[in-house]
Amino acid sequence: MNINLTLIAEMIVFVAFVWFCKKFVWAPIINALHERKTQIADGLAAAERGQLEHELAEKRAVEALKEAKQQASEIIAKAEKRASDIVDESKTDARTEGDRLLAAAKAEIDQELQRAKETLRADLGAIVISGAEKILEREVDASAHDDMIKKLAAQI
Amino acid sequence: MAGDTLTSTAYIKHHLQNLTYGQHPDGSWGLAHNAAEAKAMGFWAIHVDTMFWSILLGVIFLYFFSKAARKATAGVPSGLQNFVEWIVEFIDTSVRGSFSAKNDLVAPLALTVFVWVFLMNFMDLIPVDFIPAAFEHWVAPLFGIDPHAAFMKVVPSTDPNATFGMAISIFLLTVYYSLKIKGVGGFTAELTLMPFESSNKVVQGILIPINFLLEFVSLIAKPISLSLRLFGNMYAGEMIFILIAIMFNAGLVLGVFGGFLHLGWAIFHILIVTLQAFIFMTLTIVYMEMAHSHH
Repeated sequence: MNINLTLIAEMIVFVAFVWFCKKFVWAPIINALHERKTQIADGLAAAERGQLEHELAEKRAVEALKEAKQQASEIIAKAEKRASDIVDESKTDARTEGDRLLAAAKAEIDQELQRAKETLRADLGAIVISGAEKILEREVDASAHDDMIKKLAAQI
Repeated sequence: MAGDTLTSTAYIKHHLQNLTYGQHPDGSWGLAHNAAEAKAMGFWAIHVDTMFWSILLGVIFLYFFSKAARKATAGVPSGLQNFVEWIVEFIDTSVRGSFSAKNDLVAPLALTVFVWVFLMNFMDLIPVDFIPAAFEHWVAPLFGIDPHAAFMKVVPSTDPNATFGMAISIFLLTVYYSLKIKGVGGFTAELTLMPFESSNKVVQGILIPINFLLEFVSLIAKPISLSLRLFGNMYAGEMIFILIAIMFNAGLVLGVFGGFLHLGWAIFHILIVTLQAFIFMTLTIVYMEMAHSHH
């Protein structure tokens, strides 16, 4: 239990150990720890950035989808409108065409009627004359009475 | 066991004697054969066992730690690196917690103190007779050492030379940093103008010697209490191990009882070993912090 030279020797040994520890143990280990810390921090920051970007992309995707849906509905609306327009147009066309055809048919019928009337008139004249001939038992001078017949025929 | 021829007193004395090398009063150099001879050698003697074990333990510590440090990478750490990093981080947290100034020396100092003191204290957990008996029977004859003079104290921290060596080194460091940070004037002012202060110059002048006395005692008390705390705890712990070991020679019943006591004390001593190392380290940090802080 004596205090002796061991004290000085222990002091020297202690100082040497501290010096060695500072230079060859503490510095490299603490550097490695710091480096790892920054690496982890960088990694976390990158992950956060990635997450942010992912969220942004998702938002963008949702927006794009919405826009596309809107466009699609617009296109559908347009198409529907166009379709109804076409239907309306064709309806109108059909009506006009029908009217036209009807008018043409009516005109033709009128013409036919007129023609038939003409023929009837002519035939009636002849029949009337032949009837009158039979009644009178003599020939009626057709030319003499032509005016009168024609007047009669016109009255029919 | 140290042998049947030994009495209990002799057994204890044998275990508490360092292997001392120095100059005998008659002028010849050699090992001390007993406590009286060791005392007669005076200051110029060296405790071979303390030096051997403390250096061996320090080298083991620095070997493994520098091995891990050499291969330290920022990547995934291996087993040894992981363990070393765990301790380094623990020390780093402790230093950050109580040391506010900027000084790159404090953390490695604290690491060295903690691990080295822990390892030296840990030697206490090796059964008290293992290494001394092995030394006496196998190593001592190789060096031609007389078996009766083959003392071997394996716990360096039970030698006040080791604890004072560390404490005085730390004390000198705190004085150095006090002078460096606060200057000679600041350090002197700290020693003489506190704790009693007065706005009156004359009264302040009278208070200077009183302040100096108080502050000087508290300054000197730091290294003394630091070293004696560690020494006292480890010395008492080893003493109890030695006393328990005496029981092993005193019959079967007492021997078995002693075995249980030994186990219990060893388990309790694990706590003391760690705690004393931690206290020594923490106080080192605190003293360094006090040296760096202005009042």
